[in-house]
Amino acid sequence: MNPAESDTEAQLLKSLPEHLAPFGTERSNLIPILQMVQKHFSYLPAAAMEIVARHLDIPLAEVYGVATFYNQFRFTPPGRHPIKVCLGTACHVKGGDIILENFERKLGIRDGETTADREFSIERVACVGCCALAPVALVGETVHGNMAPSKIEGLFTRIQVEKEMAQRKKRENEPDA
Amino acid sequence: MMVEITVDGRVLTVQAGQSLLEACLANDIYVPNLCHLPGMADPPASCRLCFVEVDGMPQPVTSCTVAVTGGLVARTDTPAVRRLQRSALRLLLSVHEVDCKNCPANKRCELQRLARFLKVGLKPKDLPAPRKTPAVDDTHPCFSFYPNRCVLCGKCVEACRRAPGETVMAFSRRGFETILYFDVNAAEAGRCENCQACVEICPVGALVMKAD
Repeated sequence: MNPAESDTEAQLLKSLPEHLAPFGTERSNLIPILQMVQKHFSYLPAAAMEIVARHLDIPLAEVYGVATFYNQFRFTPPGRHPIKVCLGTACHVKGGDIILENFERKLGIRDGETTADREFSIERVACVGCCALAPVALVGETVHGNMAPSKIEGLFTRIQVEKEMAQRKKRENEPDA
Repeated sequence: MMVEITVDGRVLTVQAGQSLLEACLANDIYVPNLCHLPGMADPPASCRLCFVEVDGMPQPVTSCTVAVTGGLVARTDTPAVRRLQRSALRLLLSVHEVDCKNCPANKRCELQRLARFLKVGLKPKDLPAPRKTPAVDDTHPCFSFYPNRCVLCGKCVEACRRAPGETVMAFSRRGFETILYFDVNAAEAGRCENCQACVEICPVGALVMKAD
């Protein structure tokens, strides 16, 4: 995590009680609250779950138990380039699990995890809605159809090139320091 | 109010509203059970072992969730009941690491007792045996947790709930991945000092006190 990111997270944590105020303290509010927290942080930080447990006056273990039950909730921050590998029926038949495995090996993380530099995260999804292009992977919002293990290297190179281009542009636009 | 019920041909006088399982156990009629604790307001009925046949009900029912009423007639040892119990126990044993020789619960393990009673082999054949990693969780300051011995009966969670202080145990995740979760921070802050409720109640040796 870079300093800027941990700063915004600390700020969000500070403002969390404010966001909790509209919710009552009945335990039935737990899931809507967790959804709200995930919307703000894009994941469920441990510190935020503690605040939620105190707000509802229920054990932290119970909050954690409920949160882990649902696939919707994640406990690691998503990367700047979230990679979603489709394992819906069509992609499954076309070897989506092989694509997933290749991403995992390339990045050295498992599905549901984020790289240490927070650049990439991998998750599996069930159908993106373009089965004709199976197997499909999403990088950010971009759909990559007809995926093959051989395409993965090129994909990362492209992201790297785009990043460098953006940096160069930024430098050119900025007046010399 | 006391009512009369008939179990296996015996007439019992029991408290109305009590669960049928508790009524049987209190009168020395053994009904296999694993997840039951006396005084549960809302029994989870998750072990699927306490089946009995009750007259008027089309199928065997879990006796922990039946409240006794006057005139109830039940049988605890019909073939249909035993078949359900054997299947349930076989499934429980399939996720249980059977290594009795190296298990502290050997000889006082509830699974061994149930297997003997229901005449089920300890190592069920033809069933996949999913295992969890790591096999031992030593993060808790007081006890070690062996996920592959745990059969998710939930007694420890209930015991933790009943113990004084904040509840630190719950189940997390789901399906085959369901695993016991405990709040290590709360435990380190002293919540689990002098309380071994969960370790004492574990029927299968999945929670073992650390030697210190």
